[in-house]
Amino acid sequence: MHPASSVIIFTTLSGLGFGLLFWLGLGMPATTGLNAFIFFTIAYLLAVGGLMASTFHLGHPKRALKAFTQWQTSWLSREAWFSVFALLIMAVYGAGLVFFGTALTTLGWLGAVLSLGTVLTTSMIYAQLKTVPRWHHWSTPLLFAALSLAGGALLAGQVTFAIPLLAIAGVVQVSYWIIGDGQLRASGTTIETATGLGNIGKVRAFEPPHTGTNYLLREMVHVVGRKHASTLRLISLVLMVGLPILFLLVPFGHIWAALAVLSHLIGVAVSRWLFFAQAEHVVGLYYGKR
Amino acid sequence: MTKLPTHTDKKLGLVIDLDTCVGCHACVIACKGWNTENYGAPLSDQDPYGADPSGTFLNRVHSYEVQPSPSDAVPAPTAQLIHFPKSCLHCDDAPCVTVCPTGASYKRVEDGIVLVNESDCIGCGLCAWACPYGAREMDAAAGVMKKCTLCVDRIYNENLPEEDREPACVRTCPSNARHFGDFADPDSNVSILTASRGGMDLMPELGTRPVNKYLPPRPKDAPVDILAPFLDPVADNPKGFLGWLDKALTAMPGGTK
Repeated sequence: MHPASSVIIFTTLSGLGFGLLFWLGLGMPATTGLNAFIFFTIAYLLAVGGLMASTFHLGHPKRALKAFTQWQTSWLSREAWFSVFALLIMAVYGAGLVFFGTALTTLGWLGAVLSLGTVLTTSMIYAQLKTVPRWHHWSTPLLFAALSLAGGALLAGQVTFAIPLLAIAGVVQVSYWIIGDGQLRASGTTIETATGLGNIGKVRAFEPPHTGTNYLLREMVHVVGRKHASTLRLISLVLMVGLPILFLLVPFGHIWAALAVLSHLIGVAVSRWLFFAQAEHVVGLYYGKR
Repeated sequence: MTKLPTHTDKKLGLVIDLDTCVGCHACVIACKGWNTENYGAPLSDQDPYGADPSGTFLNRVHSYEVQPSPSDAVPAPTAQLIHFPKSCLHCDDAPCVTVCPTGASYKRVEDGIVLVNESDCIGCGLCAWACPYGAREMDAAAGVMKKCTLCVDRIYNENLPEEDREPACVRTCPSNARHFGDFADPDSNVSILTASRGGMDLMPELGTRPVNKYLPPRPKDAPVDILAPFLDPVADNPKGFLGWLDKALTAMPGGTK
């Protein structure tokens, strides 16, 4: 799949932003006043900034409100609802903390659940697609949730939770890669089932329908940079999990915390690039590609 | 509404005969022509006369080489070349419809045609991701998703002569490899063709239940090569003048023995 920068920015920033909102909703850290204002501003900049970025790849962003209508069948529509509910509830909860110094605990818990729900609905947009076997697996929502919770804990300064959650996210990430590498083969979809010609013999794409490229190849059969995948996986893992844990283990300093967050952010972005670039869409089989 | 209908009154679709398709791409051009000049946003091209042309098409023809495995009867089977037109299969369980967040994509209850309401499409591209067949293409100029409409503006169009009330690709096909009809009617031309020729689904394992069926190439009987006998040498042992010439040329330095 084409790793569009708008979608990478969206899933990376929103995942982190809603992860932070999750921890704020649980009252960790239990802040009020200016301190709470700063935490909530960071969370909203990330979450809303990410959502805004996601509209950049639309052909008609001005009609984006229509995306709220089909929540009964569409995960994208459900995500729209979850994100709006989460942001509204957390805005009320945040206003209570910032302006009145009161924690509306129940509202906070509800906001936390909705924030995690937003991340899970985002992941289901990808996990629902049978056409991309690498994504069509329970490990996809698990990966999104694990990264969001770990990143959120990191941003919220919950060191006791952040270190184990980062380690868990690392394990989930590696498992996702190992499982994912075998998913296309396990799906049983081949050029033979795609063409229905397997009964005759071995099928080879002889001549494509067009001499140039097209939307399908650009969007669904992205192969550029896949050869660097194993290097990028290592870079992603070190930046996303390794360095942040190291920075959290040294005696606390704001500079180390900032470096941990920055490193984690870049690491997640690299992981998301791989998430898209390595995902094989079955339509590639019609072109003899994967 | 992106909920799929549990039942459609008709199941309009195509039968594509892989045995008779000659790969001329006439259906591709007829489709592009009709659907650029009629319903919806035109099918645009980008850089059509330049170095890197690309464009939106709703129907494309692939060509595959199929190599049968050797058997005792046929130790060295010849590879077959099979031309493979591909357009929307108007699936009964269309994954492109249910993923649509705006309700722009829908499957019609009356005839089962899968359509896009372009004025509701936000161009998110998720339906194209959900389609295993590459049937949907985002138009780079219009920013909306384009797909085969089964020429919905031809098949019910009373301004056209009756013989033209079928999809442009079917109407134009010179080898009669494309057939249009109602699969819900067991006596229709397409139902009979599918039953008699073993019409098949593409990627059945994905559970999309396509309406369109593909007829597999018929098995080849004895290899027939009409021209080969005419290319055999007409005289193995030339006599007379040609015999002398043959000997003389063979005796020359560098002559073929």
